[in-house]
Amino acid sequence: MQTEAKQAAPAEAPTLASRDELWEARYHRVGFVVLFAILAAAPAAVYPVFLMKALCFALFACAFNLLIGYGGLLSFGHAMFLGMAGYLSAHATKVWGLTPELAILTGTATATALGLVSGIIAIRRQGIYFAMITLALAQMVYFFCLQAPFTGGEDGIQTGPRGKLFGLIPLSEPMAMYYTVLVIFAAGFFLIHRIVHSPFGQVLKAIRDNEPRAVSLGYRAERYKLAAFIMSAALSGLAGATKAIVFQQASLTDVHWGMSGEVVLMTLVGGLGTVFGPVVGAFVLVAMESYLAELGAWVTITQGAIFVLCVLLFRRGIVGELEAWLRRRRNR
Amino acid sequence: MGISVPALMGQLLIGLINGSFYALLSLGLAVIFGLLNIINFTHGAQYMLGAFVAYFLLQKAGLGYWWALLLVPLVLAVFGVLIERLMLKHLYKLDHLYGLLLTFGLALIVEGVFTNQFGSAGLPYSMPEKLTGGYNLGFMFLPTYRAWVIVASLAICLGTWFVIERTKLGSYLRAATENPPLVQAFGVNVPRMITLTYGFGVALAGLAGVFAAPIYQVSPQMGSSLIIVVFAVVVIGGMGSIMGSIVTGFALGIIEGLTKYFYPEASSTVIFVIMAIVLMVRPQGLFGQR
Repeated sequence: MQTEAKQAAPAEAPTLASRDELWEARYHRVGFVVLFAILAAAPAAVYPVFLMKALCFALFACAFNLLIGYGGLLSFGHAMFLGMAGYLSAHATKVWGLTPELAILTGTATATALGLVSGIIAIRRQGIYFAMITLALAQMVYFFCLQAPFTGGEDGIQTGPRGKLFGLIPLSEPMAMYYTVLVIFAAGFFLIHRIVHSPFGQVLKAIRDNEPRAVSLGYRAERYKLAAFIMSAALSGLAGATKAIVFQQASLTDVHWGMSGEVVLMTLVGGLGTVFGPVVGAFVLVAMESYLAELGAWVTITQGAIFVLCVLLFRRGIVGELEAWLRRRRNR
Repeated sequence: MGISVPALMGQLLIGLINGSFYALLSLGLAVIFGLLNIINFTHGAQYMLGAFVAYFLLQKAGLGYWWALLLVPLVLAVFGVLIERLMLKHLYKLDHLYGLLLTFGLALIVEGVFTNQFGSAGLPYSMPEKLTGGYNLGFMFLPTYRAWVIVASLAICLGTWFVIERTKLGSYLRAATENPPLVQAFGVNVPRMITLTYGFGVALAGLAGVFAAPIYQVSPQMGSSLIIVVFAVVVIGGMGSIMGSIVTGFALGIIEGLTKYFYPEASSTVIFVIMAIVLMVRPQGLFGQR
């Protein structure tokens, strides 16, 4: 470190902080290229339905991470956005006969509205209470979905064929569907990246780290938190609506509290507050679940065990540990 | 609309029973939260374990309900002490959310193991002979067992309140909630107190499980949906006071019972709606302090 600083031209010697930022930007660029190169080529080697499922959950986990990683708010009710958007997207396809992109928009809009209402209620408390409130609100949505006539109760909604994107591209083609999902995921992923690195994202992090100080600087913390909550809800909705199109169905599983726990676990395994962590976590968990699917309750037991291990030994998650290792190596 | 007195009283009774469970469970959560600053997500699973241990005692050892009332809290307290010593202890210096995540993981493990062994179907647990039958009150029939559950849980709640608010032991506990290092400086073994408090909270959950076993069926899923409602109860009451969580628990049970009679469609959501309203009007909860 010392020698490097001496070698740099004294007039333009970058400060330690800005060098760190430069390194981070380069690490992100490399990461993006590698990630999307793998995802673009993956269908050649891996079953596309698995990839699509993992991508939908990856977007869901990234949206969740926006709230916990940068806003410091742990939501234990994100399933309500995923599930509700899924129901509306499936309903729009089946009953209103909308094309897939409009169905996805309908689902996303629903999740956004739900995010506004539940956000206003939930951001009135923080920390543990915030988690309990979001969990309770999501349970209310679950009961609503169980009883409301349009959701089909225990049976869910089966939509039939996937339809044609913009009325042109038939999504029954697996490759067309896969690349559509990939584009949606990429759009959501970069949007989150932009949000996090915008002035808005900086204020959000400031509020997370020290709310009274941010308030004393004149920022309205409540509004920033609400905005982050709504954005996170909308993007979770985008993931849920897309998932409903891919699997041609919407069911109670996606609004159940188990799903809220699952997205927490994905983000925790990958690394809370890291850019790539939620994506890695989603792929790891979806892979684990498809391997263990036949073993019934073992999925739950394994999930629980991973939770316990992550919290006790492995709090930075896979990507978090990797980043820490890269940093150590660079600073040596 | 005519009001049928027996039906209304029947729902009120169910409400009171549910309220007893809400009160017992939210009391345990509040006691644990007070000293450990952790929301015990495993509480529902521990309640379920309580019912299962009672079931095993009867099936394997032939020990009936009264033995279960004594032994189950002890077994569960040991289980709680182990969890605290082996896991929770390492999390006190971290963000409180990690405690929530850890106990959530434990709940998944316990539920998963029991679902594997016993499936989703419920197992019957027969009522103790002395508590079968009931009283005819003229306007309604009151089963003895249900009356017993209400009275017993009320007694336990009030007893806990008395110990914490009115005895010397309780004053240590309250002092340790306020300022642990200072209490430790006076020679009180705070870490041991924390361990025993967690054990006590878990024992309360187990006891609630024994109370529930003859009323509901013993099933692996019996705790998970209940605990979410209890969280809402805790948010409504605020965790500031012991009496607050007891009163809120019983009151919400009764409100839920009344809703079941007057507008059954809303009975599963009414507590969550009340939670939303309370949060808008008084975010710290009815009995909470800022």
